[in-house]
Amino acid sequence: MGFISAPNPSSPILRSVKEKLEPMEVTQVLLNAQSIDGAVRKNAEESLKHFQEQNLTGFLLLLSGELVSEEKPVETRKLSGLILKNALDAKDQQRKVELVQRWLSLDGNAKSQIKAGLLKTLSSPVSDARSTASQVIAKVAGIELPHKQWPELVGSLLSNVHQLPVHAKQATLETLGYLCEEVSPDVIDQDQVNKILTAVVQGMSASEGNADVRLAATRALYNALGFAQANFSNDMERDYLMRVVCEATLSPEVRIRQAAFECLVSISSTYYEKLAPYIQDIFNITAKAVREDEEPVALQAIEFWSSICDEEIDILEEYGGDFTGDSDIPCFYFIKQAIPALVPMLLETLLKQEEDQDQDEGAWNIAMAGGTCLGLVARTVGDDIVPLVVPFIEENITKQDWRQREAATYAFGSILEGPSPTKLIPLVNVALNFMLSALTKDPNSHVKDTTAWTLGRIFEFLHGSAVDSPIITQANCQQIVVVLLQSMKDTPNVAEKACGALYFLAQGYEEVGPSSPLTPFFQEIVQSLLTVTHREDARESRLRTAAYETLNEVVRCSTDETAPLVLQLVPVIIMELHNTVEGQKLSSDEREKQSELQGLLCGCLQVIIQKLGSSESTKYLFLQYADQIMGLFLSVFACRSATVHEEAMLAIGALAYATGPDFVKYMPEFYRYLEMGLQNFEEYQVCAVTVGVVGDICRALEEKVVPYCDGIMTQLLKNLSSNQLHRSVKPPIFSCFGDIALAVGEYFEKYLMWAMSALQSAAELSTHTTGDDELIEYINTLRNGILEAYSGIFQGFKNSPKTQLLIPYAPHILQFLDGIYMEKDMDDVVMKTAIGVLGDLADTLGSHAASLIQQSVSSKDFLNECLSSEDVMIKESAEWAKLAISRAISV
Amino acid sequence: MAPHDIRRPFKRAAISDQQKRRELSLLRQAQNRRDAQQQARCLASSILSLQSAAPESQPEQSDTEIETVPESEQESEAFSKDLDVRQASKLRGPEVRKWFARQLMLPEWMIDVPDRLAQDWYVFARPAGKRCFVVSSNGTTVSRQRNGSILHHFPSALPAGAKIRDGSGSAQSYCILDCIFHELDQTYYVIDMVCWNGYSLYDCTAEFRFYWLNSKLEESGACNAPSHYHKFRFSAVPVYNCDSSGLYSAYTGVGPYAKDGLLFYNKHALYQTGNTPLALVWKDENCSQYVIDTDGKGEIPSQQQVVLELQDDRKLVTSDDPPVLFGCLDGDIIEKSGLHTGNLLRFAIGDGGLSFADGKLEKADLIYLGKSNRARAFADSYSKVLFQFMVRHSPLKIDDLLASINSANDQEKTPSDIEMVG
Repeated sequence: MGFISAPNPSSPILRSVKEKLEPMEVTQVLLNAQSIDGAVRKNAEESLKHFQEQNLTGFLLLLSGELVSEEKPVETRKLSGLILKNALDAKDQQRKVELVQRWLSLDGNAKSQIKAGLLKTLSSPVSDARSTASQVIAKVAGIELPHKQWPELVGSLLSNVHQLPVHAKQATLETLGYLCEEVSPDVIDQDQVNKILTAVVQGMSASEGNADVRLAATRALYNALGFAQANFSNDMERDYLMRVVCEATLSPEVRIRQAAFECLVSISSTYYEKLAPYIQDIFNITAKAVREDEEPVALQAIEFWSSICDEEIDILEEYGGDFTGDSDIPCFYFIKQAIPALVPMLLETLLKQEEDQDQDEGAWNIAMAGGTCLGLVARTVGDDIVPLVVPFIEENITKQDWRQREAATYAFGSILEGPSPTKLIPLVNVALNFMLSALTKDPNSHVKDTTAWTLGRIFEFLHGSAVDSPIITQANCQQIVVVLLQSMKDTPNVAEKACGALYFLAQGYEEVGPSSPLTPFFQEIVQSLLTVTHREDARESRLRTAAYETLNEVVRCSTDETAPLVLQLVPVIIMELHNTVEGQKLSSDEREKQSELQGLLCGCLQVIIQKLGSSESTKYLFLQYADQIMGLFLSVFACRSATVHEEAMLAIGALAYATGPDFVKYMPEFYRYLEMGLQNFEEYQVCAVTVGVVGDICRALEEKVVPYCDGIMTQLLKNLSSNQLHRSVKPPIFSCFGDIALAVGEYFEKYLMWAMSALQSAAELSTHTTGDDELIEYINTLRNGILEAYSGIFQGFKNSPKTQLLIPYAPHILQFLDGIYMEKDMDDVVMKTAIGVLGDLADTLGSHAASLIQQSVSSKDFLNECLSSEDVMIKESAEWAKLAISRAISV
Repeated sequence: MAPHDIRRPFKRAAISDQQKRRELSLLRQAQNRRDAQQQARCLASSILSLQSAAPESQPEQSDTEIETVPESEQESEAFSKDLDVRQASKLRGPEVRKWFARQLMLPEWMIDVPDRLAQDWYVFARPAGKRCFVVSSNGTTVSRQRNGSILHHFPSALPAGAKIRDGSGSAQSYCILDCIFHELDQTYYVIDMVCWNGYSLYDCTAEFRFYWLNSKLEESGACNAPSHYHKFRFSAVPVYNCDSSGLYSAYTGVGPYAKDGLLFYNKHALYQTGNTPLALVWKDENCSQYVIDTDGKGEIPSQQQVVLELQDDRKLVTSDDPPVLFGCLDGDIIEKSGLHTGNLLRFAIGDGGLSFADGKLEKADLIYLGKSNRARAFADSYSKVLFQFMVRHSPLKIDDLLASINSANDQEKTPSDIEMVG
């Protein structure tokens, strides 16, 4: 929202703004802020902004007064509520924290007055005012309840819910729903949860005469389900809750039925283990909905079963095939038991395709949801699904009606992941020829689209070195290639699927050895893909992207035999990229197209560089193009001027690795783009990629990188201290410190103090982990970055006369190692890096650190644990550490 | 609720090549970082090890076979310090033999029993055969004898020892093993480990090196029967703590190899090149066929023979550091036989024998025989001469060793009752 950005002090409009806004005037300003006249609107927005700056408390009081007042127009009441809401919450995390602090520090009386106004608005006859107030109350609660403020809120909402007029009751239930969405379950005590649930369930029950109230209650329950752990553990309460939800799925009101099914979907993942007594009834309800109800309801009914599949796939994966394993939640095999009825129901949905669904990116309908669910069922039950689906395929695949042929093909494609190759390969061997012929001859585009997709799935799951009996032989390989290349001339959506099939065909030959069956067709495949990228309609159905992606995979999986052909591709792609940087004066639409194409071409070059750079013989042949390529990358950066292209940056990293020390000649020109990339906080992926490229450059240039280190280190340290930088970029920055130190050796001395201080504070923060799995994963990434930095620094300083500069840091580093060891939540990567750091410390400091090392837990328990690790990398690092320690303490 | 957030219609292509490119780049970078780190760890340690392996005070070890130009000596010495073993393996001709000849740890002969034998020492039966250095690197394995000459050039299962596809074999990886090649079963018995898989063990204690040797050698598959990519079998030797039962086992135990005496290693000693008193060799007729040195025809000469080095000032010295003086050669003989400084000369010990004062050699009755065999790289060490002398007159017996261990067990001070001279 414009209202929260800082005012521009030089704006001439500000001079005309009055210092104080009166209640009478605020209405006018709010109306003006919605005026269709841009100048009027702008002036009003400036006034609001100004007043907010001048006197926030007064401003908020005015707004709440506006919202509560029945005399005011509905538009200004709504806008007041919206501005209030935006004064409490923001998408940006940093901004959000500021707003929370600002609200908490406001005058208590003013806040009470505002909150009273909000609660009063809930009984307004104007529905927009009520609804806005509901949302604002939830935002205030989201801030205050975790701070133990506004304890009376739930009580006052519920105190007279039964006596309230219908519209106020509806608003109260809606508020409870938003409240549950906003606050976490642990800030509301069980007693209040019980009261909320009681009110909500009563509002949902069939005896509630008003549909709006019943709908609000059902939606509120959806948000409140996360609070109901205790209630779902109590048989009576759970029975009651489930009964009310199931009854609501039969409501005459479609919105209520849909909301009730949404509750069932949520219950299926939150309370999977409690569902056994109800699953038969739920099946009956969902089957009826899928067959008879309106689409939004039917989609939710299918989603219920998809969600059950998700749960069981997760649980079975956790078992890891070991059915005696004690997972927290047992598998109830609901899907396995349901398939005799579930699979026929899903197969029926496949026949309900929409015309043109394949051209519409966002399409989502019963047939698609049903196919998706069928695919999940196949992954859940494996082989058991095959006999249930095969008759449907056989019956429909040759039918006159395209819907039947498409549905049969879709069913086949859907079950290709899950069942064993032994079960599927005989089917595929029979079907493959039919599919290849359908792809060229079927008169219907839908059928061809799905056929190409199915072929892609066949190659993805049943073709490759992991599969024992190959489905692709010398006999049919040529035919497959010919058909796919032919199909790449079809309509964009079919051609895109054909590219996808070719992608997986190539991927399956990735580990084929020195000679690939695709070698004879390599030239033709590459030519066809390039032709596709030049099609007039290549931008439809992301066809051009798919063609380049497939070209990339074909290059990645190519063998030595075709290396000369890959080399020939280099000048071709160079020319294409050259053409994109030629154009001048582009419209913004053309610029976007150009940038997209440059991305694809840089991506393709990156793959080629990595491929040819990985073997000595091809590397030297390729390097003749290095100057030309680097020149083009610099032109790509220049086109974009404001920002650096991530794809070009990734490609430059690969180029630096291939060229080695010679890369130094590009540095004077390239450096400013490197710096620009490091400064790009908004597109944090670009920043992260650039940090990685700094590492590549360090390894390529070694001590020749020294002249650029001041700039790089300054920027990296600046990035670390910024709040705006996405957290995922911090670990690679630390690793990058290690890369730099390893490259420049003792020259790192001038950054040592700064780097070590940043590392030390990060180490202190990441020693202990609290939070969810995602946070723990992040902390481990951070630890790994920190440890890689320490490794690089120790090894960089080794054998230099300045080794003793590191001695003062040793106690802290050992303490960090001991600390994370004691936490017992390291992942394997961290473990490997950590034990390596212990070795590096011992190796570099030697006898200076002998007694410190011997005192550390890491050098005993942790080291022993790593030495007996199953993980080869951990074990290897541990052996290095043991050696280094043994040397350090024996000298 | 909108279509499920995470439920992407699965008929849409699942591939995002950009994400894949990003991930593959990260993977490549992580791999490169690992390689760089690994290289730093290995390189650094092997340079260090060479610094300690090429001590400045090394006595001139000229050999008739290795033509040494004195002027280049200084230069090649400095050169070798910055060299790691992989570069050393690229040296050609005399340089390489010279380099390798300096890398072995040479045990002294046991002429008295060290203190705390049971606590601080290991004992094992030395396999009979050629002492050699086995180096695996760049997909090949080379064994070199003490004088630097190549014994075998072969593929082995040691890390980097054969050209086979192996993901773990990095360019940095190499091994240096101290071995004895046992002809009878064509096996390399590994008696010490100097570098393993790129990591140097020079600065590690014997205790650690033996632990490492035992765990790593087996793991590598080098102990397996010979095959196409593994021409010779390697084997560790059983090493015992030198208490009475350990000593007994080493002395009487029947192993797969013919014994040639016992080796004693101090547990706390690092791998030190050249002669060291922290590793000792001892023999008697029960555990060795070669107790008394034989001459070129394989017969035991009636008089003990020694090889000494001729120095500038006509002095005759041993290969020890510092060298031990045995006497001076007449200017006459030098002139007549055309001898040069650095020549290794063969002498017999006459009836006058060796005489000692305060445990030091006072006088030796030397009879000049001629230049030594061309294959010799070193003069005899002092301890060898003395051991051979004792064997002929008053040998150190296994009972003396046992007695020393037992008396130490009885909390008695180790008696110095072993007369060194007859």
